[in-house]
Amino acid sequence: MVLKGKAWKFGDDISTDHIAPGRYFHLRSNLPELAKHVLEDADTEFAGKVQKGDFVVGGNNFGLGSSREHAPTIIKVAGVSAVMAKSFARIFFRNSINVGLPALICDTDQIDAGDDLEVDLTGGKIQNKTQGTVIEFTPLPIVMVEILQDGGLAEHVRKHGDLQLSCDLPEK
Amino acid sequence: MGKTIAEKILGEHAGCEVRPGQIHIVTVDVALVQDGTGPLAVKQLQSLGLEQAAHPDRTVLFLDHAAPSPRKELSNDHVTLRNFAAKTGAVLSEVGDGVCHQVINESYVNPGDILIGADSHTCTGGALCAFSTGMGSTDVAIGIALGKTWMLIPPTVRVEVTGDLTPGVYSKDIILHLIGTIGADGATYKVLEFGGPTIDAMEQSERFTLSNMAVEAGAKAGLIAADNVTREYLDSRGRAANFREIGPDPDAEYERVVEIDASTLAPTVSFPHTVDNTRTIDEAKGVKIDQVVIGTCTNGRLHDLMVAASILRGNHRHPGTRLIVIPASREVYLEAVRAGYIETFVEAGGLIVNPGCGPCVGVHEGVLADGEKCLSTQNRNFHGRMGNPKGEIYLSSPATAAATAVKGELADPREFLS
Repeated sequence: MVLKGKAWKFGDDISTDHIAPGRYFHLRSNLPELAKHVLEDADTEFAGKVQKGDFVVGGNNFGLGSSREHAPTIIKVAGVSAVMAKSFARIFFRNSINVGLPALICDTDQIDAGDDLEVDLTGGKIQNKTQGTVIEFTPLPIVMVEILQDGGLAEHVRKHGDLQLSCDLPEK
Repeated sequence: MGKTIAEKILGEHAGCEVRPGQIHIVTVDVALVQDGTGPLAVKQLQSLGLEQAAHPDRTVLFLDHAAPSPRKELSNDHVTLRNFAAKTGAVLSEVGDGVCHQVINESYVNPGDILIGADSHTCTGGALCAFSTGMGSTDVAIGIALGKTWMLIPPTVRVEVTGDLTPGVYSKDIILHLIGTIGADGATYKVLEFGGPTIDAMEQSERFTLSNMAVEAGAKAGLIAADNVTREYLDSRGRAANFREIGPDPDAEYERVVEIDASTLAPTVSFPHTVDNTRTIDEAKGVKIDQVVIGTCTNGRLHDLMVAASILRGNHRHPGTRLIVIPASREVYLEAVRAGYIETFVEAGGLIVNPGCGPCVGVHEGVLADGEKCLSTQNRNFHGRMGNPKGEIYLSSPATAAATAVKGELADPREFLS
């Protein structure tokens, strides 16, 4: 599966408070409205200008903070096709996969704001069309690939009626 | 090969030996959601036709983040959770009962349990030697309905604490110092296991503060062995029968050991806008503070209020500094009333907010103005956290917060020790 879009560049330590600020707590059950404020405290213009298919590109420890699944969800609702960072905070990373938003760990220093990117999800490569370079990303654990392929955790359970994941087997 | 605490608990729940890096399905003993994350969890289960709880008596829905509700949208979210509780038999913790991380440990969590919660500070339960971790709404929804979840078995970082804390220095200073040392991503996807003579001697309330902030270093859990202190706490809560001793094997394998000599620590403050931006009070003194908050899941227990009251007794807040105090639970509130702490806070010019998350999440009850500075005993000081991206948040112990309320600027609590 190949994703195409432009890069929106952010710095290190983008927290869930940057992504889904607490002052919009009352909009959590209204995701389209909440998505109008996505990443507002990191870039006030982002929500109004992001185009369907674009990528959010962060630095270290992207998504630190709260467990609010609303954070990756509204990034997805805003049309973003994948999030890339040098590293992700644990809960955000897991939530992204659960809501069907690919979260890719790669060297984002090789991406500048506005670069045209093509992501080959199964091939593990990002082509930076603007700079003419290829960036590899760290493969996801197999369990996360399975959840992503089913369209997220809820869809996985809808399809299988249970958690049907390729976990490690007990050692003999 | 010896096991860490995490490997023991996760192995029991996976039904097999586990090693870091493996992925296993584990059973879930206790689950929680709150009013910010629960409505989405309920919505997911409704859409799946799975409105059920595998263990209803240990599934707890908390109304604490926006409680009492300041807006009609949030009032409706509260109704969603009340209805889910009525339908599934899950427990509802009502407005005013307290913060999820306080109440869940007061009444539901036992050593050796797995607790998953749709709130990042669920890791607080690690102080009772339960593998407690925060997840998103959908993960916890599935955990509630099916009674299981998947876990990547994490490596463990041992935090070995020796030496006695000096007067005016608390476990909050240990954890702020640790995060300042290893960084806000210093333990991402790992377990922090706190131990050593200082932890062995530490009372339960102070232990909760350590585990509560494990996630601020990126950790999945912050575990402390179940010992006599744990036993006494459970006994005081009427759960003596649920105690069992759990600790790491002597030959447990750690990814890393971080050593801290507690006797060398000073009162510590996190500066805006990251928790790892720490300074000792000597480097911090003098910053003018507009609002002081004492409470939250990090430091809203009776012991915290006792420490703060001992500094505020006979003193008054600085005229330029507001003082907000939030007991972490209904029970803490009642005990603080009976102990006279609440009277002390009111006489000192403070105001008491009902048990709950208070202003920490930026919803209500103390939103900052543009350019204002707040010193809080909470666990997180991110940009915009308290409802205004133009506000600045500093973090400290209740003692430093109380001293600051009196002086109107970041102040050393040791100046108030008699």
